[in-house]
Amino acid sequence: MIVAHRKHVQELKNMLAPHRRILVLGCGGCVTVCLAGGEREVGLLSSALRIAFKLSPPNPALERNGAQEVDEHEIIEATIERQCENQFIEDILEEVEKADAVLSLACGAGVQAVAERYPTKPVYPGLDTRFIGILEDQGVWAEKCIACGKCVLGIYGAVCPITRCSKALLSGPCGGARDGKCEVSPDIDCAWQLIYDRLKAIGQLDKLREPAPPVDWSLGHEGGCRKLIRDDQRIKTDS
Amino acid sequence: MNDEPRILALCCHYCAYAAADLAGSMRLQYPPNVRVLRLPCTGKLDAAYILKAFEHGVDGVIVAGCLEGGCHFQEGNLRAKNRTALVRQMLEEAGLEPERLEMFNLSSADGPRFVEIVQMMTDRIKKLGPNPLRSAAWNSIQSPEGTEADSEMGSK
Repeated sequence: MIVAHRKHVQELKNMLAPHRRILVLGCGGCVTVCLAGGEREVGLLSSALRIAFKLSPPNPALERNGAQEVDEHEIIEATIERQCENQFIEDILEEVEKADAVLSLACGAGVQAVAERYPTKPVYPGLDTRFIGILEDQGVWAEKCIACGKCVLGIYGAVCPITRCSKALLSGPCGGARDGKCEVSPDIDCAWQLIYDRLKAIGQLDKLREPAPPVDWSLGHEGGCRKLIRDDQRIKTDS
Repeated sequence: MNDEPRILALCCHYCAYAAADLAGSMRLQYPPNVRVLRLPCTGKLDAAYILKAFEHGVDGVIVAGCLEGGCHFQEGNLRAKNRTALVRQMLEEAGLEPERLEMFNLSSADGPRFVEIVQMMTDRIKKLGPNPLRSAAWNSIQSPEGTEADSEMGSK
């Protein structure tokens, strides 16, 4: 899943300051699982933002409506199933139209999906999207895949050398590892140690005998922003 | 304008609330500024309860649970410890003093400790001053002395 982390409240407050009515929009997908942008986090962040706004000096740029005790900023909360799906984004059409700005707590893809759906509404990111990864332990998420575009997990016993080896070596370890840890940092496992152990456990060590060709980086993000087109999923009517 | 701090004490039924009750039975004197709210366990504490309390103008929050290792529900107080730490961090990010919130662990037999905690937090909140989010309307109607609400949890 995609792992993300909430931005600092002050950074968000500064981004949202020019807008009066703000919709904080959560996502029920990956960010709920990594405890960054789900319904609960929307509630907590909205409270924190209300506190932050009330503590900051009045903003003369905001329109005054004449009432004495009116909050300068109004924060509305909502969460949808997934923000990367138009079908779900449409569910909150009314709330978005009533808002002056949207703070999206989705991953970068979700933020952009919402923005594309509402082209005249400012949409801001509430999280920093970090990586594709999984939960390894309570409160510990680790990167597993960098979406290189040509998966070689079948050769390496389902341990990715491109993602998890600091040098992205495909033909064996570098010799810098110590006690199964990478020379870059003792917090990083040596991916090649993991690959060796896995292949040994599943009886496929012979797969390492073939030297690997260099990675074709053009298939990954290094080759530019990617698109995937499935013609079998597109219905074309001849008119 | 009433400057008496208003402190919310979120107490677990098995230890902290019992300790507070014992303090009452022992006729121990403590400041009337605290409002005790009973939870079945501090593990029931949602971080949102605390943030909402501060949002609505509460000056300080005490989270009081069983001694570590002695939680009636095993690790409820450990969950509360994490949630309290999270809210302290969010308060700091939002611009409010994190010292307004603290978690304490005590035994149900320790009435005097409850009094000590309340006294300490009241003194601390008095030094920090009122929550800037308190509205004028809140100040004028909610006084710690002489309202119906105070007759329930005897402070004298």
